[in-house]
Amino acid sequence: MAKQGVGASVPRKEDDRFLRGRGEYVGDIRLPGMRDVAFVRSPLAHARIKDIRIPAHLRGSVFIASDIAADTRPIRAVSGLPGFKPSDQPILAFEKVRQVGELIAMCVADTRAEAEDIAAAVEVDFEELPAVHDMLLARRPDSALVHEEWGDNVFLETFVDINMEAAYDAPIKITREISTARQSMAPMEGRGTVAVWHKRMDQLVLYTGNQQPHIVRNGLSECLNLEQLKIRIVSPDVGGGFGYKGIVLTEDVCLGWLAMRCGYPVRWIEDRREHLTAGANCREHHYNITVYADRDGKLRGVECEASVDSGAYSSYPFSACLEAAQIASILPGPYDFPSYRCRTWSVSTNKCPILPYRGVARTGVCYAIELMMDAIAHECGLEPYEVRLKNLVRPEQMPFDNITKKHFDSGNYPESLRQALAKIDLAGLRARQKKGEPDGRLIGVGLSVYCEQGAHGTSVYAGWGIPMVPGHEQATARMTPDGGLELRIGAHSHGQSMETTLPQVAHEILGIDVARIKLVHGDTEYTPYSTGSWGSRCAVMSGGAVATASRELAKLVKGIGAHLLQTEVESVKLENGAVVGPSNSVKIDEIAHTWYRRPQDLPATVDPRGLEVTIGYKPARDSGTFSYATHIAVVAVDPELGDIELIDYVVVEDGGQLINPMVVDGQIYGGLAQGIGTAMYEEMNFDTSGQPLASTFADYLLPGPTEVPAPKLGHMETLAPYTEFGVKGIGEGGAIAPPGAIGNAVNDALRPLGAQVLHTPMTPRRVLEAIRAAAGSRKAKAPELAEGLPA
Amino acid sequence: MKPVNFDYARPDAVDAVIRLIADDSRTVKMMAGSQSLGPMLNLRLVQPDLIVDLTGIEELRCFSDGADEISIGACVTHADIEDLRVTDVTRGALPTVANGIAYRAVRNRGTIGGSLTHADPSADWHSILAAVGAKVVLRGPAGERTVAVEDYMVGALEADLRPGEVLVRVMVPRLSKSARWGYYKSCRKTGEFAHAIGAFVTDPDRGISRAVIGATESRPIVIAKAGNVIGDGRAPRLSDSFDGGAVDEILEKAGMVDPLDKQTHVVALRRAIEQARPQ
Repeated sequence: MAKQGVGASVPRKEDDRFLRGRGEYVGDIRLPGMRDVAFVRSPLAHARIKDIRIPAHLRGSVFIASDIAADTRPIRAVSGLPGFKPSDQPILAFEKVRQVGELIAMCVADTRAEAEDIAAAVEVDFEELPAVHDMLLARRPDSALVHEEWGDNVFLETFVDINMEAAYDAPIKITREISTARQSMAPMEGRGTVAVWHKRMDQLVLYTGNQQPHIVRNGLSECLNLEQLKIRIVSPDVGGGFGYKGIVLTEDVCLGWLAMRCGYPVRWIEDRREHLTAGANCREHHYNITVYADRDGKLRGVECEASVDSGAYSSYPFSACLEAAQIASILPGPYDFPSYRCRTWSVSTNKCPILPYRGVARTGVCYAIELMMDAIAHECGLEPYEVRLKNLVRPEQMPFDNITKKHFDSGNYPESLRQALAKIDLAGLRARQKKGEPDGRLIGVGLSVYCEQGAHGTSVYAGWGIPMVPGHEQATARMTPDGGLELRIGAHSHGQSMETTLPQVAHEILGIDVARIKLVHGDTEYTPYSTGSWGSRCAVMSGGAVATASRELAKLVKGIGAHLLQTEVESVKLENGAVVGPSNSVKIDEIAHTWYRRPQDLPATVDPRGLEVTIGYKPARDSGTFSYATHIAVVAVDPELGDIELIDYVVVEDGGQLINPMVVDGQIYGGLAQGIGTAMYEEMNFDTSGQPLASTFADYLLPGPTEVPAPKLGHMETLAPYTEFGVKGIGEGGAIAPPGAIGNAVNDALRPLGAQVLHTPMTPRRVLEAIRAAAGSRKAKAPELAEGLPA
Repeated sequence: MKPVNFDYARPDAVDAVIRLIADDSRTVKMMAGSQSLGPMLNLRLVQPDLIVDLTGIEELRCFSDGADEISIGACVTHADIEDLRVTDVTRGALPTVANGIAYRAVRNRGTIGGSLTHADPSADWHSILAAVGAKVVLRGPAGERTVAVEDYMVGALEADLRPGEVLVRVMVPRLSKSARWGYYKSCRKTGEFAHAIGAFVTDPDRGISRAVIGATESRPIVIAKAGNVIGDGRAPRLSDSFDGGAVDEILEKAGMVDPLDKQTHVVALRRAIEQARPQ
């Protein structure tokens, strides 16, 4: 048998159905008598609702806030951080709408087209209010208010100061204004919900492609005022999640209510316009950042004011402040420096709620700090890698508590940088830059280093006080009578390949063929409670739980095996799917057969737990694993058109022990594509009335296969000290570093022109504007700029 | 995003189409490849009572090759031209441009006549067909009339199509052996809508030299006597005599004021001309 355990690149079990187009998604579910829902959504960003007029003959097919008021509660995702102002997100809007796309009425018909016809016949009178469309303007005292009762537009302000003034005598001080655009994360499958009241089970069954089925059950229970025994969440195949599929949506609550009210199954499948304009917003950060450094490139301190546009409401379960407040704790990145001050604002605006997207705050943070590291390098006349090597946490410091008390568990960050550099010819590229390109384009090299905290647990999230705090992660391991093994976990795969990797973990311990191990997940009825798939946690947490359950199961298997071998349990071991004693052996199949089918062969003293274990797992320390990587981008910038071509891309990452290296490669490819999207393409703009300006993929650009280069990958495997097998979480990393690496490469290319781009996405227009501004400022004050960038 | 309820007809002759679209008591929309109309229907930007599908009409799906020009049926697909199922008389210009239209899936269904009639300023056919001097033939109750491609787009998303008229074919002149052409499209990713197009054809033996700037806010800008930007069209490197300042002025006169827009369009045209090498 080929190696199947931890560390083997076992082909993905789920590919058999995915690659043949046989996946089963919410949109594939057909229930007898199922009807379709379309919503009347607000066309305005901020307005009072004066009147809703429903044609009399349609009144039975349309439901508005007053219809559901008695049975539902608004979505309320509070953070326990001091000063947090909670928002109530109405299930259906009444009195006021606070974002384009907010739900006003629910229309049900036999088909979606007919439901849309009904929705079009509903008339809403609004009194339009000034829209809060810009998070910086929103903090001014004269701004309109999204939530009048607050008195301002700030969900939460945080402040941290660690010895900042000690850095003020540093000889180098550089300030920049940096920002990342608002995005709409774009899984191929949008959201969708099918809901039905199951009479025999006395239960609402809600099918929704979801990363966090148990969390959705919590949320629905609260919003529908329904005890959890009466709610079952089923998540079938999920066509990409990235954070969006973890959120409890008002649509979910509506569908749940409607199924209970009407008695027939109902369905809502989000279309791409709903998705882009009313759903999956993420990423919008703004930084005023200053770095202090010595002339040798040693970072002395970082001072930052950061704002995040959190949108109109606090989303469930992550809240409106996770993103901004996280900036304060992770901005230092992988660097060791002594002084730090950071103030953050989670700002409320008339946009959709901000949601956590792969990498969450890290992508923006990495972009900001990595651009500043390059600015220091330029100021000191050093290569950017030299400045990184001076400031990266060193291997001999591990484990290392950084300035914000993040506990770096293990790793050799400088080595990942060195290995990445070895994959490009830096000296050759510098020579090529000097010589110039025959086609007039400008070559640039940029790098970016990040760390990714994964699987952080109770001690970290208790402090946030959000509706979800991860505790022990549980798994069930249960043998079938014919010797197969079922694993049950409460997290759910939205592309992570857990149907393959978790059986590999069990195989490592039990020796059962991966083909005979089945993962059961995505159903609250059949799985132990879990906060689900988020925070790069499944390999560590679900993997650790499966390992723990498998070890317990191994003890039970050995107990029965020893009896069948007529020897002491201390004298047997598990090997290649059999219990082996001093003189003979018995296969696990036979042990299972005996327990289930021939109990008469077992002694009275047999362990009554049988061959089924449910047990919880936490790493030895729950402050999280720290994986990391160095990304290097080589770009060619067309200074006439502003186009950027990625001509080389390198990733050297350290994810600790990799369970399945091929799957990790896939995670990096996918993350990289999304990081390129952030860096160069994706942007959800709004006009001053709060209207989103992209409603189709013709306006909202995503990178396609021709825009994503095949990266040169390298792996390091520094074991995590606190987890099973030394595994670290790596799921989000690919999406974190590309804006920083590509941004630095573009600015490296533009340096001869004195131009720089400090905002994502780096569109042709932004590149051309930067070149034009630099040309203007060269003319205006040529002498000062002889060696560099305009401030 | 589902269309409103509509009736559907798929006649097999142009006469039947003309009869169906003459009914002004209902909103009628003609459909060819449906690559633009389809999404617009789903977004309910178009809410017709009747869709008349043109793809069942043999006449519109053929081409015929003449001595001086080729006649291409309105429902010939981009892929038909890309794959040379339609004879090329443009020394590679049309197949090359077809190859760069959107994505292959779109090219398999999208049609030359549909694209021209949809009249999106960023569409490739408007620019390259204007550059080669092509014409469209429109048939209506009063018979046929012929319009130069550059005049067919009245403005963004508005074609010069009178009530009851249907575009039946596109007439593309045969370029001489002396002809050279170039085409440059600036877009942010493969298959995306163009932000600037430069198209250029010079055919000294036929005394023709046309430069086109496309993907503007409205109809493409045709510089019909391109001599002032490229000389007589016989120099080995035509771009040597390219006058970007003159093109900038033309753009400004046409109402383009944003300096970066102008820059992008001037560069696109210059690069199109740089590509035009003797064959």
